Amino acid sequence: MFTRNALGAALLVLVAGQVIAAETPHLGTPVTPADIAAWDTSISPDGTGLPPGKGSAAQGKEIYALKCTGCHGVAGEGKPADRLTGGQGSLATDAPIKTVGSYWPYATTLFDYVRRAMPLNEPMSLTNDEVYAVSAYVLSLNGLIGEKTELNAKTLPKIKMPNHDSFFIVYPGNLK
Amino acid sequence: MAKKTSSDLDLGELELAAGNGLVDRRGFLNRAGSAAGILGTGLASLAVSPAQADPLKVQDWTKTPGLGFTAYGQPSQYENGVGRGPIVEPNAMYKTGPGSIRSPLQFLDGMITPNGLHFERSHNGIPDIKPDEHRLLIHGLVKRPQVFTLEALSRYPMTSRISFVECAGNSGSLYGKTAADGTAQTLHGLLSCAEWTGVSLALLLDEAGVDPKAKWLLAEGADAASMTRSIPLAKALDDAMIPLYQNGERLRPSNGYPMRLLVPGYQGNMNVKWLHRLKLTEGPTMTRDETSRYSLLLKEGKVAQFKFPLDAKAVITKPSPGLTMKGAGLYEISGLAWSGNGKIVRVDVSADGGKSFAPAVLSEPVLSKALTRFRLPWKWDGGPAVLQARAVDDTGYVQPTRDALVAARGNSPAYHNNAITNWAVAVDGGLKHVYA
Ligand code: HEC
Repeated sequence: MFTRNALGAALLVLVAGQVIAAETPHLGTPVTPADIAAWDTSISPDGTGLPPGKGSAAQGKEIYALKCTGCHGVAGEGKPADRLTGGQGSLATDAPIKTVGSYWPYATTLFDYVRRAMPLNEPMSLTNDEVYAVSAYVLSLNGLIGEKTELNAKTLPKIKMPNHDSFFIVYPGNLK
Repeated sequence: MAKKTSSDLDLGELELAAGNGLVDRRGFLNRAGSAAGILGTGLASLAVSPAQADPLKVQDWTKTPGLGFTAYGQPSQYENGVGRGPIVEPNAMYKTGPGSIRSPLQFLDGMITPNGLHFERSHNGIPDIKPDEHRLLIHGLVKRPQVFTLEALSRYPMTSRISFVECAGNSGSLYGKTAADGTAQTLHGLLSCAEWTGVSLALLLDEAGVDPKAKWLLAEGADAASMTRSIPLAKALDDAMIPLYQNGERLRPSNGYPMRLLVPGYQGNMNVKWLHRLKLTEGPTMTRDETSRYSLLLKEGKVAQFKFPLDAKAVITKPSPGLTMKGAGLYEISGLAWSGNGKIVRVDVSADGGKSFAPAVLSEPVLSKALTRFRLPWKWDGGPAVLQARAVDDTGYVQPTRDALVAARGNSPAYHNNAITNWAVAVDGGLKHVYA
């Protein structure tokens, strides 16, 4: 409802003292859910959007060695690109280390991001099983799951990230 | 004798408005006769001029026909030192990848950034998008999911607004424990301002029919980072738009060609470039670039997420490090002020490190969420000075000192640093970034 009200203001045009609702072009083409599936890859924190598939850290270790080590270092220790492991307990110190394990509030973000953006030189090249597996490996390096834990659409959203409760949402307010 | 020129001014008689030589903005303008005449001149020429000018020459370019026409003009060859920089590429392994390049604020004047000098920040390079094959999808919690071509969007009624875009990481080095050496460009140059022309987002959302359950939307870019950010629906309906044009021409590839999102006043990164998808959702998606990045790590390890507007800030661009002052005399202090929360109503300038301030002249137009140019005459006595500018916006918000900001937030937030900058002027006319 409030959409309409906000729009009322935007679309009302004053002509010779009379207020009329402007017609808008309506030039979008309808599209079905099946047609948008390839693009609709974002995943919410409750796991909505996670695809079928599965993987464990044991399987992810190999994929990581092949596709990630070059930029994120052995066991995610970083260099040349972002460090992915460790840093827990460092955030309140003078030298905070922000990693998936120390900083990230949601495990779902890891799947979402790796699937869309990594490896940097070949984004979207991993299968869903590979993304589950390599995510499991990064989480296990951070001590958040065991090596054999199977990551899938059900188990991934249940992982509680250690820094989750440090986050607070500023909007709709502001931080001074 | 006609009107007085700047060199005729009796500097001793100027009415001072604050310590260390800041001249009252009205006094100076009145005495100069024409504000445009004085304010339009460069930094060095405002200094007291030498006794006698050289004899005037009739130059070759006045005696030879000039060059012909070109389809797309370029700046003068003598201005080729003015460019963006430095190129930040974290590593040779990923030649494009994430990186940035900054606007040369100290060489520009006015409020608009030329398109070729607009700052750039991207997370996996600049995509080469074929405009005919680009699509914008609107879906999720809408009655009518739909796809737009660029051609279709180009037929919509266009709106224009002048708006700044500032990276949330701009000025971030001012959280550091020691003052970084740098210029207006290297410290504050992830900031630009353009006239954006495109389609109102509220209009497109109305056509799609937003489900009342929707409170957020996810905006996604078509680049190789698939940059994704959650935007509050209220902001989308308030003043967001989908620009197709930047300063009158189609968007530059580095600024989102063929279409981007503009959420005026919000973190630069939320103005998603190469926009190809808008998904209406109940809550935020919690993407990597709104959790791991662009959140503020505060004291005691607390993390502030979804601080969207860039608070009021002012930066003196002239004089500033890299521009050397040429001897005691009268100069114009000038710079940029802006607020993501509204309009700039005042900029206070200090020449004594914040002990005393005088209000600057704001150049029209002064627009909400746009860069505002400010100016104030300064009679430099040739001694040490510390220049500051402090912005105040129409919410009553006053830009904080660095000490106050760091006391409230600590040294680790990385983003949203809007502390007052100090430029120390040395007796040789050089300038340097310092903490008070
Ligand atoms: C060619 C180099 C390169 C390769 C290969 C690569 N990455 Fe990355 N990765 C990066 C860079 C650079 C960033 C930072 C991107 C940015 O800031 O936008 C990054 C960021 C990340 C992040 C986010 C870090 C944070 O704290 O926000 C994760 C997680 C990640 N990569 C996982 C992976 C995984 C898993 C692989 C292997 C499948 C991989 N990367 C392969 C370069 C690479």
